[in-house]
Amino acid sequence: MFNYLICIPLFPALGALINGLLGYKFSKRVVHVIAITAVGVSFILSVKAFFQLLSLPPENRVVEIITYSWIYSGSISVDVGFLLDPLSAIMLLVVTGVGFLIHIYSTGYMHDDESYWRFFTYLNLFVFAMLILVMGNNFLMMFVGWEGVGLCSYLLIGFWYEDHNNANAGKKAFVVNRVGDFGFILGIFLIIVTFGSLRYLEVFNKAQSVLIYGSTLATAITLLLFVGATGKSAQIPLYVWLPDAMAGPTPVSALIHAATMVTAGVYMIARCNVLYSLAPFSLGVVATIGAITALFAASMGLVQRDIKKVLAYSTISQLGYMFLGVGVAAYSAGIFHLMTHAFFKALLFLGAGSVIHAMGGEQDIMKMGGLRKYIPKTFIVFLIGTLAIAGTPGLSGFFSKDEILWQAFSSPHGHPMLWLIGAVAAGMTSFYMFRLTFLTFFGKERMDEHTKHHIHESPNSMIIPLVILAFLSIVGGYVGVPEALGGSNHFHHFLEPVIKKVGNIEAHHYSHALEYGLMATSVGIAVVGFLIAYVFYIKSPQFPVVLGEKFKGLYTLLYNKYYVDEIYEFIFVKGCKGLGTLLWQKFDVLVVDGIVNGVGALVQYFGGVVSKLQTGSIQNYAVGIILGVVLILSIFIF
Amino acid sequence: MEITINYYVILSCLLFCIGALGFIIRRNLLICFMSIELMLNSVNLLFVAYAHYLKTTLGLMYVFFIMAVAAAEVSIGLAIIVMLFRFKGTVDMDKLNILKG
Repeated sequence: MFNYLICIPLFPALGALINGLLGYKFSKRVVHVIAITAVGVSFILSVKAFFQLLSLPPENRVVEIITYSWIYSGSISVDVGFLLDPLSAIMLLVVTGVGFLIHIYSTGYMHDDESYWRFFTYLNLFVFAMLILVMGNNFLMMFVGWEGVGLCSYLLIGFWYEDHNNANAGKKAFVVNRVGDFGFILGIFLIIVTFGSLRYLEVFNKAQSVLIYGSTLATAITLLLFVGATGKSAQIPLYVWLPDAMAGPTPVSALIHAATMVTAGVYMIARCNVLYSLAPFSLGVVATIGAITALFAASMGLVQRDIKKVLAYSTISQLGYMFLGVGVAAYSAGIFHLMTHAFFKALLFLGAGSVIHAMGGEQDIMKMGGLRKYIPKTFIVFLIGTLAIAGTPGLSGFFSKDEILWQAFSSPHGHPMLWLIGAVAAGMTSFYMFRLTFLTFFGKERMDEHTKHHIHESPNSMIIPLVILAFLSIVGGYVGVPEALGGSNHFHHFLEPVIKKVGNIEAHHYSHALEYGLMATSVGIAVVGFLIAYVFYIKSPQFPVVLGEKFKGLYTLLYNKYYVDEIYEFIFVKGCKGLGTLLWQKFDVLVVDGIVNGVGALVQYFGGVVSKLQTGSIQNYAVGIILGVVLILSIFIF
Repeated sequence: MEITINYYVILSCLLFCIGALGFIIRRNLLICFMSIELMLNSVNLLFVAYAHYLKTTLGLMYVFFIMAVAAAEVSIGLAIIVMLFRFKGTVDMDKLNILKG
């Protein structure tokens, strides 16, 4: 009854194939009808799969379909197969749902682009790869999808490749991701060696008997996989590509670099929850990196001037939250935040796209201001997104972020310090998001007359997806209302069959009062962030300028993103180039070329010596022949 | 005095050695060519002599083959020599050493 599962990734693949091969002949209308239909059918099938899964009893909610035996070698066999369980069902809904909305939005946003068909081809291809990633039933399928989305990310960041900077940003994303993927594939190799299989169900069932709790092997596997996650999900130290990735078209930033692809790392850790639970050290690393990234990226977002850059740092920061969540073994909390974040961050990016569209391509928020009068619809949905991400009680971001913060405090793997970092980052989030909103939609109108004259509200094809996402950003959190707030956390219970219990670590029991207290504290910090932003950018706009002057060093440091790009450039890029030059000039020129040229010279020399025998005089050869005959005869006779 | 096979063998050897020596020593291409023919015919003589001595026709058959091949070879060889003379203006073998390594 789940045979149609294979169609879910197949339709976007077909769409990409048709548009990719024939798209240049089609009109724009045909191109987007094909692309949207492909993703739309996937979405409908995903919804169907979700409800069918829901109708099964919780313990039976694992469906595995094997379509094709891919690799069969010795004791190792890898299939092309699909796994549907609560985790992949949620990912399916997020990917196809948000993807569908963004496809619709793109018809408006990309309307005047010449390479319209190329854009939709890549977008469909991306959805296909992402679906393979989340639906695969083994690690190799995940890796195929993992690489596929990386490729599409590269193609779409450099979509406007005529500009050298965009092409470079794509290259940077690709190269940085390769560093992570190297760790990821080493992790997969280690899994093959350890378990002799790559099938999720087999590996995870065997995990507790094969791996010893806290053993080096478990730690090594999980840390290597996490290296891959830091690349794909833009965590320290491999986050540097994501801000540059904003060079791509805005719908791409929304779909790939906010809602879906960058969350692949979180999905991967949630999928491998057994392995991570067996390696408490790795969990600690994941949680720490997540928390530090959340804070670090948020601090860089405080002072950025590019509307998309602010959102990019915000994305890195929110991804940090998700890793903090899964890192304290609260896998469902991480996935919950993944889902709500997909809604409100896609909303914010698409809203930003709508603003950029209205401003005729301007992205500097210092040249905006007062836009709420001109584009009221965009303003309202953007405000909803801001409220959701800032953690306003009642909106989706509040529930998921609070769940993570609470787990960071209360989980057996948690630590009050992690909670504190998360809470401070939440305050920063609130500050930079309201700063962004205030600078864009409130205050003085700082654009020039020409731009002001042209400001217009976006077409309905862009507004409707925004409204739907805004709606989801409001209600998306109610599937996971925590028990402390009188809910029953359906989301958590839905995911429970996927998450295996490991060991019997005593869970601390805290009173609801403490949970309320922490909740109130984090909301309070967020309110403080809001108030500071309000004072800075509405009440007395001269204040941030004065402050910026006063703490010039700190401001410059933040504005230049802690000079991390420059440091990486100096150490890794320059280092690699230097090493390359060294090898080229010393090893290649002297050793390799030396050997090759030496062999040639040697042969030439001996050839010259031997060629002296060729006198060109036939009679000399005749003498040689006769002497030879005489010699042979004399050997025979005597 | 009876003429035994030995005479033929010795004569054939002599002819062959004269041919070989002529080929090596003489510088005129035409003479050298004639020396080669001499060597071929010395072998023919040996074949005929032994064919008679051993009472078989196998040797005779070879002789015909050799003569046919030699005739073909002579026609080509002479043509080459004529062409060489036309282009180089000489048939001196010491001067014809363009294949020198």
